[in-house]
Amino acid sequence: MLRRRLNRLFGRDERRVDSRTIYVGHRPCPATDTFIPPKFCDNRIVSSKYTVWNFLPKNLFEQFRRIANFYFLIIFLVQVIVDTPTSPVTSGLPLFFVITVTAIKQGYEDWLRHKADNEVNKYLVTVLEDGRRARKESEKIKVGDVVEVVEDETFPCDLILLQSSREDETCFVTTASLDGESNHKTHYTVPDTEKGLESLSATVECEQPQPDLYKFVTFFSLCVVSLRSLGPENLLLKGATLKNTQKIYGVAVYSGMETKMALNYQGKSQKRSVVEKSINAFLLVYLCILVSKALVCTTLKYVWQSQPGQEEPWYNQKTQKEKDANLYLNMFTDFLSFMVLFNFIIPVSMYVTVEMQKFLGSFFISWDKDFFDPEIQEGALVNTSDLNEELGQVEYVFTDKTGTLTQNSMEFIECCIDGFQYKNRDSSTELDGFCVTDGPVSMLQQKEEEELFLRALCLCHTVQVKESTGQEDWVGDQVDGVLGLDGEMVHPAELRGFIASSPDEVALVKGAMKYGFTFLGMESKNMRVMNRDKDVETYELLHVLNFDPVRRRMSVIVRSKCGDIMLFCKGADSSIFPRVRQEEVDRISMHVERNATVGYRTLCVAYKLLSSEEYAQADAGLREARLALDDREEKLMAVYNQVETGMSLIGATAVEDRLQEEAAETMEMETAKSTCYACRLFQRGTELLELTVRTLEDGGRRREERLHEVLLDYHKRAVQDPPPVKTRVTSWTSAKQDYGFIIDGATLSLVFNSSPDSSHYKSLFLQICQNCTTVLCCRMAPLQKAQIVNMVKNSKGSPITLSIGDGANDVSMILEAHIGIGIKGKEGRQAVRNSDYAIPKLKHLKKLLLGHGHLYYVRIAHLVQYFFYKNLCFILPQFLYQFFCGSSQQPLYDAAYLTMYNICFTSMPILAYSLLEQHICMEVLMSNATLYRDVAKNAMLRWSPFLYWTLLGVYQGLLFFFGVRFLFSNPALQDNGQVFGNWSYGTIVFTVLVFTVTLKLAMDTRHWTWINHFVIWGSLAFYMFFSFFWGGIIWPFLRQQRLYFVFANMLRSVSAWLVIILLILLSLLPEILLLVLRKPRWPHSRQVRYTHI
Amino acid sequence: MSQQDQKDHQGQQQPEPLPVHTTTIQKVRIMMKEELETTNRPDNTAFTQQRLPAWQPMLSAGIVIPGFVLIGLAFIGIGVALFITSQNITVLEKDYTGVETTSDCYKCSNPSDKNCTCKLEFSLSTLFEGPVFFYYGLSNYFQSQRSYGASKDEYQLSGDLDYFKTPISACSPYQYDANQNPIVPCGSLANSMFNDTFKLYQIVNGTKKLVPFDGKGIAWWTDYNIKYRNPSVTPLKNAFNGTVKPSFWSKPAYELDTSDPSNNGFVNQDFLVWMRRAALPDFRKLYRRITEGDYARGLPAGNYSLEIAYNYPVLSFGGRKKVVFSNVSWMGGKNQFLGIAYLVVGSLCVVMSMVMLIVYAKFKFPEDD
Repeated sequence: MLRRRLNRLFGRDERRVDSRTIYVGHRPCPATDTFIPPKFCDNRIVSSKYTVWNFLPKNLFEQFRRIANFYFLIIFLVQVIVDTPTSPVTSGLPLFFVITVTAIKQGYEDWLRHKADNEVNKYLVTVLEDGRRARKESEKIKVGDVVEVVEDETFPCDLILLQSSREDETCFVTTASLDGESNHKTHYTVPDTEKGLESLSATVECEQPQPDLYKFVTFFSLCVVSLRSLGPENLLLKGATLKNTQKIYGVAVYSGMETKMALNYQGKSQKRSVVEKSINAFLLVYLCILVSKALVCTTLKYVWQSQPGQEEPWYNQKTQKEKDANLYLNMFTDFLSFMVLFNFIIPVSMYVTVEMQKFLGSFFISWDKDFFDPEIQEGALVNTSDLNEELGQVEYVFTDKTGTLTQNSMEFIECCIDGFQYKNRDSSTELDGFCVTDGPVSMLQQKEEEELFLRALCLCHTVQVKESTGQEDWVGDQVDGVLGLDGEMVHPAELRGFIASSPDEVALVKGAMKYGFTFLGMESKNMRVMNRDKDVETYELLHVLNFDPVRRRMSVIVRSKCGDIMLFCKGADSSIFPRVRQEEVDRISMHVERNATVGYRTLCVAYKLLSSEEYAQADAGLREARLALDDREEKLMAVYNQVETGMSLIGATAVEDRLQEEAAETMEMETAKSTCYACRLFQRGTELLELTVRTLEDGGRRREERLHEVLLDYHKRAVQDPPPVKTRVTSWTSAKQDYGFIIDGATLSLVFNSSPDSSHYKSLFLQICQNCTTVLCCRMAPLQKAQIVNMVKNSKGSPITLSIGDGANDVSMILEAHIGIGIKGKEGRQAVRNSDYAIPKLKHLKKLLLGHGHLYYVRIAHLVQYFFYKNLCFILPQFLYQFFCGSSQQPLYDAAYLTMYNICFTSMPILAYSLLEQHICMEVLMSNATLYRDVAKNAMLRWSPFLYWTLLGVYQGLLFFFGVRFLFSNPALQDNGQVFGNWSYGTIVFTVLVFTVTLKLAMDTRHWTWINHFVIWGSLAFYMFFSFFWGGIIWPFLRQQRLYFVFANMLRSVSAWLVIILLILLSLLPEILLLVLRKPRWPHSRQVRYTHI
Repeated sequence: MSQQDQKDHQGQQQPEPLPVHTTTIQKVRIMMKEELETTNRPDNTAFTQQRLPAWQPMLSAGIVIPGFVLIGLAFIGIGVALFITSQNITVLEKDYTGVETTSDCYKCSNPSDKNCTCKLEFSLSTLFEGPVFFYYGLSNYFQSQRSYGASKDEYQLSGDLDYFKTPISACSPYQYDANQNPIVPCGSLANSMFNDTFKLYQIVNGTKKLVPFDGKGIAWWTDYNIKYRNPSVTPLKNAFNGTVKPSFWSKPAYELDTSDPSNNGFVNQDFLVWMRRAALPDFRKLYRRITEGDYARGLPAGNYSLEIAYNYPVLSFGGRKKVVFSNVSWMGGKNQFLGIAYLVVGSLCVVMSMVMLIVYAKFKFPEDD
């Protein structure tokens, strides 16, 4: 499975040649004599991990694969088997607790997944079986079944459209949950299948499942009639929703996990934060410390025992069994015993505390009222708590542009007709014409131009008028993101929704409407337009020359009432200018460029009158090309290009895709300089490097060659040029040239899977990306987005990536990045469900990263370091004591102290700290983005801070032990001359330890709420109380009353008091000094850069 | 149905019912909104918004310097007091292992020699102020070994007769004797109880005058009153029927103190002193106090002779034995460490506060600006 995924990821699937044959309705073709029902997977979607039966073993296996859990298991087993200084309960109980809690949590999560799966799998669909309609659960659909889908239903599997209730053999589909595009797409039925589906017998020869949403090559053969080739326009994808069509019939071609949707979802792999990786690294260090300690002690023990009289002094003779035991076995068990004795250095409780911190801490995100969006009545959502701290580490942000950066609601801003600019200021006051900002007031000739332009806007599009059947529908459509008119503006009777394949088309049609030209809709091949004089003009739509990303333009050919055949064309300036007269271009290009710099989407509009001969020629060409079986695309393209020539430019439009509130500010937060243009992503003065199909097609050479050249060239410019100043570090300061980089999906796929040495391209591409302040990738498939994220993620220094998106097309990217953030936007819930965090608006990202992320990181980093530190200085005296007890694994502390230290005495303060600490208050963090860089690159969990904490732990551990050791050079510490024993020794060390460690935390606490006070002073008081209590009673269930009155006697000794105070102060002295003398020094770190997709 | 039909159909229907629809929908929406408002909106409390009032201490030089001076001075004060106190404590330490041939105890250092006594003589030039505490000390003796310390039966020692019959296996090899009789008290710890005995004589005009020892109050009060209990059998001897004494012992547990019947068995204070394991391999344990008679004020100047019943072998493991006479103060026995440590840390604090003051005066810390 994994390999298959990998293969897919690297595009190797292209070479797969075998195809599958599907019999429509499971009816064998009479022509073929043998009918073997082919086996395909069923239509069940499985996202859950466990079943009832395999839960326990599988979950346990998963859990014990964690290095820490496995380690504790080993320790526990050692304690059970070998005679060790501490009882198995001390490690068994916490381990059991941790395992159980985790198992319950994971079980619950899996149950939720089961539920979600069932919802999809048990959904009832209608299937045509031998002419009868039968209700079936979705999971029972088999490949070859003919399925009925009604309006607003999602397709249960990938279907080939056979029949539609619409008379024009089309249906409308929104793929919002697949690729995030909420507009309506037109899909076509297979030609010549009008006859009854019951008797239709046909075979479909299609390729094996592959994830590319926009690729589908199939041959549909009716048994009688010949072969038809089908394309993606015939395929209805699972997950897409049927719109504006009453019902359709389709034959299932891919089902279940083989649907394009399922293939596009990468498995939700466990995301691990850098902090967790650091913990594991530190854990290894501590394991090494532990093992070396045990080794040292074992060695010492046997060296010491080899001295005369020490092996078996008369007062401590061995039993017969011990004498008989094998020496090496003894050594080994001794080694294990030491391991057990020192195993507290890696406490289970750290994992418990980290888990609790993450779990409880994540509530603060969902509780934050700043994330609450009154529009959708929802706040932030936390899907995983494992990544809280990762929010403070983000280096690259990948955002989906449409809907995420922008609101995905286009607005017509201005247009320019024949060199004069018209701006839409206040539409309601404008009755006639535009407000002209430059150029003469409307003259008659001007007026004509104007009307032609507006007509063009009204005609040149593929917009459909949504027939509203009632109010409910209307509301529902708005929710779906279909752009309509605002209710206040139009009379209810005129309520009209426009459905188009791109929101800017709607914006243009709406724009034209504001100026008096209203598109009324299609009436059997006639387009009806209402002009300013409220007359309805009718145009017969002859041909639509569809938009495609390569041509970057579209055209319509219409015939007006008076018989003129006109071609209207609109498209990107770059694709229109070469096809019109040069003098017209000069007049308009200035405006277009100006609008583009402001960040509007600009389109140019051109038209051409066709003579009847010209039209006849074009018509024939188009028809021929449409019917071509192979190379249809190429042939059509050629005809299009031929037709769209010699046009005259009439104007240009500018449409604004509004940015989400505060988007610019949010994006700017770290890289103060990366202001954008084109959604203000690019700064003025940013040099644009463009790598698109268009740039590649210059010169007519093979794309691969050209790609290589261009890449090398850009690489030279972006990577090698900047450092005229020799230091690489400064090459990113704002003084240098900023580069913006644009790449489109088609080119990207070339980069990723062109030739065998694609790794070379990849690295070039990556270097270019990393050296640009902004990278814009357009028209990308979901997996491509993920590929980019993956590439950056795995690049040198493995930067932390964050993906943010709102549509299902962003899911792959969200899953791929270290942190995936979903926006609870208009495009469905897929992104939110698959994300780690979901926020209502893009602007919330700022607080999420700068505020919460930073704090979480500081908190958890401190928590981790503190935990290692406090256990080091806990166990170090224990280790040192082995030198004074004949290396006999004698514990220094009582078992109760050993167990309670991490659970009760020192756990609560650090937990409270790690939940409440605000070393810098939220407002300052948010207003001062440079602070975010202070913790970048895992600054607080690198080796140098770790070394500092470790040294501190060692210093304090040494101090605790030897301070008391010197005190005990005369164990008569009371004024009655009585002496203290070994448990008093341990208790004094332990008391110093608990106080020091707690006060150290108190010193680090910058934000003392009442909870901190309560917990810090509370746990010290609890320690005192517990010690009194523990030593004050003869415990009936205990055999050994080792601590009986030890603590009370200790408190009676003035010397003990004095030594405790002395040692606490001495331990904290370096910390205090450092705190006072340290000037605020911020580590140098790389700035956070943004990559936009 | 064609598109045209649909449209006409709507055109007729729409105007009339629409207002009703909108109002009801609006109503429903408002209701839903209110409901959601209350359910979905996060609580606006100080805790959930992380805005709990908080004290944000800053350790600035202005606080730390005076603080350090104060702490330093206090520490120096305590250090001086500790040092002087420790200086005033008199300690007299004598090794009597008998490794040197000149020592009187040399003759006893041969372990095969049983019931050997030797003498240790010393003289005091001034009064050894009382109350004088008499300790014995052992070195290179690992009472802190785990197996050694675990080799005892606490239930037995708290007087549970069941465990007289079957001592815990941790006592092995001192669990049962060769005839499978249970040993009480069992275990290495009890078995190896220190059994040298001492008698101190003051030589007054050539005659030996016994200095009376007080064997009470040498162990922790809680040990002989609560933690360790004899079985409630009288006479105590009967409780020990069917058991044997530890092999190293010369007398059974119920005859440890012939002079005081209440100081026998498991609550014998010498026994309890031994049972409280020393933390370090060089240790001393309280043997007797000199609080009575003419010696209540201390040991007067003069010549003394300590008679030692030398029983306890230490040379086999390279150990040493010593006796220590010491008086104690409020801080316990003599210990120079604490006083010196306090003085050092105290002066360190003062010096550092001076350094900080200089740095502060010269550079003015940026955070105070």
